[in-house]
Amino acid sequence: MSRRETIWWLVAAAGILLYTLFPVAWIVSLSFKSSADIANGQFLPTVFAAENYATIFTGDAAELFLPALRNSFGICLIATAISCVLAMFAAYAIARLDFPGKKLILSTALAVAIFPVISIVTPLFNLWRQVGLYDTWPGLILPYLSLTLPISIWTLSAFFREIPWEMEEAAQVDGATTWQAFTKVIVPLAAPGVFTTAIIAFFLAWNDFVYGISLTSTGASRPVPAALGLFSGASQFESPNGPIAAAAVIVTIPVVVLVLIFQRRIVAGLTNGAVKG
Amino acid sequence: MASVEMRNIVKKYGDGFPAVNDVSLDIADGEFMILVGPSGCGKSTLLRMVVGLEDITSGDMIIGGQRVNDKAPRDRNLSMVFQNYALYPHLTVYENIAFPLRLKKADGDEIRRRVTEAADVLELHEHLERKPANLSGGQRQRVAMGRAIVRAADAFLFDEPLSNLDAKLRGQMRTEIARLQRRLGITTIYVTHDQTEAMTLGDRVCVLRKGLIQQVASPRELYEQPVNLFVAGFIGSPPMNFLPAKAHGGKLETPFGTIVLDQRRADAVGERDLVLVGIRPEYFEDASLVDEATRDVGTVFRATVDVTEWLGDSQYAYLPFDAPPEVAAQLRDLSRELDSDQLRTQAVVSIDAASRLREGQEAQFWLDSRKVHVFDPASGDNLTRDAEAGAELTRMAGEDRAAQVEQARAGALG
Repeated sequence: MSRRETIWWLVAAAGILLYTLFPVAWIVSLSFKSSADIANGQFLPTVFAAENYATIFTGDAAELFLPALRNSFGICLIATAISCVLAMFAAYAIARLDFPGKKLILSTALAVAIFPVISIVTPLFNLWRQVGLYDTWPGLILPYLSLTLPISIWTLSAFFREIPWEMEEAAQVDGATTWQAFTKVIVPLAAPGVFTTAIIAFFLAWNDFVYGISLTSTGASRPVPAALGLFSGASQFESPNGPIAAAAVIVTIPVVVLVLIFQRRIVAGLTNGAVKG
Repeated sequence: MASVEMRNIVKKYGDGFPAVNDVSLDIADGEFMILVGPSGCGKSTLLRMVVGLEDITSGDMIIGGQRVNDKAPRDRNLSMVFQNYALYPHLTVYENIAFPLRLKKADGDEIRRRVTEAADVLELHEHLERKPANLSGGQRQRVAMGRAIVRAADAFLFDEPLSNLDAKLRGQMRTEIARLQRRLGITTIYVTHDQTEAMTLGDRVCVLRKGLIQQVASPRELYEQPVNLFVAGFIGSPPMNFLPAKAHGGKLETPFGTIVLDQRRADAVGERDLVLVGIRPEYFEDASLVDEATRDVGTVFRATVDVTEWLGDSQYAYLPFDAPPEVAAQLRDLSRELDSDQLRTQAVVSIDAASRLREGQEAQFWLDSRKVHVFDPASGDNLTRDAEAGAELTRMAGEDRAAQVEQARAGALG
């Protein structure tokens, strides 16, 4: 790369970083402004105040926010785990076996993924109330699976296709059953793919708002994005922007931490050295 | 240890194309059998049917006296080395080699002892704790072999194990495999498209073409008494030359003069308008370097040298000749089928390295007519094959082999 090209790359990268990170910076700055300071017309708060964080953890908003945080974590982790396990089997079959209807499964998964959530949420609301799933954890985990499973199946089957067939054949010749070959050889090799998939699935569930607001009514199962919408100011003349910003920062942290922990595993090509090369 | 028998094995794919067609082959206990042929001849498919990775459409696969058609690979007790090694990248070399033992739930001491033994044989000690990604091609190859020999398998299967190595390493590993097999005396089936590997390693070689067995014999028999045009052209490097000729009264009229046949071969050939005469490069010589004693058993002719290649220990000269168009087309088809693509009709002749023949010169050549073969161009059959002499060669190779195995086993015991 020539010097000129390098400079252009740097400029472009800086532009993109600014574009994507500015809203985040804004939210962080907003979360440190006191309620009187919010409309100060500047980017930075006049005085850094932790009052918004106090509000959501110990103050008025705590009874809305803390259960929601617990719900979000629980529901999203369970939905992610279930969808990863199911998607692993489905993707393995899709990548390895020839069976009738393989195309159908993949295209159905895609169709489910692009189906607008808002169009099924009303029927689901009625159905959940009838069967007693309304405002429960399973009542959210099930619809979240419909968000996370298609993308998990697609990404994982791409990962499984990358693993050389010979790995598994070698294991079988070495005396492994199909199950042993899967658990002892294929799963360890697919681990980076599974992590990637898990993170994507977790984000999808973590970010959901429509199901969260429509299928819950109390702190028993309401997730964070829905709870944020229900924040109210100290008086009716005060907007709850500060606490919302603080809560938004808090819920962003696990996402960032997850990516930082697993980025190396995601990037690492674990299959290096399996075959010639 | 076990024998492997194949009875009328057929493999058809979904489109009905028989990749392997009615193959019957007996591989004796302790024998080193090579499956060889150009790409797409079904040799790998056959191997994969032996190990159980490919279903058998019809026929019987019998290993150690038991029919194994319906057995899973893990129940056949065979070990296999794959073309691209198929090492487990998440395990160390030690664990890779130990993998089959771990699956059998062998105890820790047993595993350590057996892996150490295998590492001794293959000189892998200093690499045991490394991951496959950090090994060179030859080391990976040895790990794959370690994984194969670590358990007492009934037979070893190799699927083009050396094709990913560079030429020098390939030669070393070839001797390594030969040494290992002689030492362990285990039935081995080895798939390759490389005829050098086929000739040097095999007790017997099975030549396949489009799913059909052409000839199963010792390397010497394949070389001296090939059954047809395909085998003759496949075995030998540089390949056998095929000259068009007219057979008349015990003589062959070739572009390089007349060749006189002995009585047996003259009777076998009879009168024909067109035959193909197969002459190996080394049956030729620069006429000026042939001594008087042997000159009489051959024919002398004049030809123009197109190119010479001097290799130090030997020298090749290329002699173009004219062939009728249909023969030229047939020879081209044959060379294409043998994975090469010879564009012009020319003979490759091996001449003494001391010869001073150069490009463009016209010179006298001598050819030893005692060993030429005559082929029917339509069927490809070798008209002059001496089946008895061929069988004798294979029988002798078998005896040598039996003695070697005996010695190896006695050595292992003592």
